[in-house]
Amino acid sequence: MTAVESAPAARAKGRPEISDRGRSERRLGLLLSAPAVVVMLLVTAYPLVNAVYLSLFSYRLTAPDDKRFVGLGNYATALTDPLFWQDVLTTFAVTLVTVAIELVIGFGFALVMHKVVFGKRTVRTAILLPYGIVTVISAFAWRFAFDLDSGFVNHWFGLGDYAWFSGRWSSLTVIILSEIWKTTPFVSLLLLAGLAQVPGELSEAATVDGATAWQRLRRVTIPNMKAAIMVAVLFRTLDAWRIFDNVFVMTKGQQNTETLSFLTYRQTITRTAIGLGDAVGVLLFLSVVLIAAVFIKGFRVDLSQVRGDR
Amino acid sequence: MESNRSRATLVAVSLLILVWTVFPVLWIVMLSFKQPGEVGNSQSFLPEHWTWDNYRTVFKTDLFTSALINSIGISLIATLIGVVFATLVAYAIARLEFPGKKIILSFALAIAMFPVVSLVGPLFNLWRDIGLYDTWPGLIIPYISFALPLAIWTLSAFFREIPWEMEQAAQVDGATPWQAFRRVIVPLAAPGVFTAAILTFFFCWNDFVFGISLTSTDSARPVPAALAFFTGASQFQQPTTAISAAAVVVTVPVIVIVLLFQRRIVAGLTSGAVKG
Repeated sequence: MTAVESAPAARAKGRPEISDRGRSERRLGLLLSAPAVVVMLLVTAYPLVNAVYLSLFSYRLTAPDDKRFVGLGNYATALTDPLFWQDVLTTFAVTLVTVAIELVIGFGFALVMHKVVFGKRTVRTAILLPYGIVTVISAFAWRFAFDLDSGFVNHWFGLGDYAWFSGRWSSLTVIILSEIWKTTPFVSLLLLAGLAQVPGELSEAATVDGATAWQRLRRVTIPNMKAAIMVAVLFRTLDAWRIFDNVFVMTKGQQNTETLSFLTYRQTITRTAIGLGDAVGVLLFLSVVLIAAVFIKGFRVDLSQVRGDR
Repeated sequence: MESNRSRATLVAVSLLILVWTVFPVLWIVMLSFKQPGEVGNSQSFLPEHWTWDNYRTVFKTDLFTSALINSIGISLIATLIGVVFATLVAYAIARLEFPGKKIILSFALAIAMFPVVSLVGPLFNLWRDIGLYDTWPGLIIPYISFALPLAIWTLSAFFREIPWEMEQAAQVDGATPWQAFRRVIVPLAAPGVFTAAILTFFFCWNDFVFGISLTSTDSARPVPAALAFFTGASQFQQPTTAISAAAVVVTVPVIVIVLLFQRRIVAGLTSGAVKG
């Protein structure tokens, strides 16, 4: 910290050319940031504007001559289609269940990583493993485990020939399991960072005062790491809301397991119904903005830590 | 301090975690050693007859080998460029006073929250118009831009901890600016840059949405996308065991990286907040 503060201080003490220096520093700062900002803009800003524009047309790649302006027609089509709302419900259910369970398991992981002394390396490595595994591979592993032909799950738990992938909620259960397995490490690391910031003396003082472990957790630890918890919830909520890979590998959206991301993909890429697909994509984008706004304004999630501001 | 009972609980919970995280990986390894014919006939966890056949199959399948080369090449190039870009930004944010710092960081945050699928349709069209569809750069560019936020945060967190005044101190002691930079700053910054590289690489290695949407042939299709479309060596055979073998092949580098650099990854994802 002292280093950061003393650097500008040393500069401020400088000679008369301070403004020149300031100007060149500004220029250098912008110059160094330019490549990254340009790439990020190129891939997001133009396609987004393009998507908004094309969403106002009835337009299929297979019939480009039939392209015509329909205003908000595509949005009306999407918003009045029961399938759209079913996909919203699926996405919502997956997000809610996944984030809730991950928060609990992730907190357990974080506590263990925080406290464990013996075998610390092994525990950390094990927890990090799913983080590195490709989501598609996690999806295959879980699919094959529950699959009637290849899976051991039914055999082990005496479920006979229960077909997991022939029902909506049983398919979603496996999808959720894979999602939880893969992304809990990320949650647990964010929570571990929060745990490390809880002052140890507080917990000790509570112990001296005769608080039980559960009381310490509820009254001291959790309130003091609220910021980290909210950040983890926000990031994972938005991530789960965009769930795609697991659905693609497990069911390809069959059995009414389609999510909003999958619907967008199916319309734009598979059906090449560009206009309608882009409308769904824009709605997905707006839903993400809405969720982020609710968290940041409504719950006052402090993102300065994540963002890297001071 | 800790009582024996709570220590025993901790060990038990640790073991439970170990089983939960390792088990699916172990399962896919087991599947990859099964004979294709076992699928559908046996529901055991362990293979009945261990075999390397699946590995031979996948390495003889052009679809997989070219996908593997694509994945390695595209991920490494994207990581290299992405980390260079992120290092420049993070240096500017940590060391220089300039307007727009906050805007850049907020913008990066917005990118991290962006629903990628919303962009796939327009990018699909744009890439086809300008000839990037089904090419390496066609994937490298989106990978860079979506991996940048995490790399930028990680690096700016690391760079803020660097005692930059040591550079001046070295120059006072007679080092040239270049020497001071090479001998003092580079060794201090290297761990952060390396961590950002690992996280960026994982991101690229993991991508699926761009992989299936912006490619159509094996000239650029990466492994996760290829796996999803893999139907087996012959149409009469279940592709399950072959997919598993391919999955194990792309998981090995991940396991090696995690084993070697777990401390770095933890530090990176917790933005250096956790020591030790």
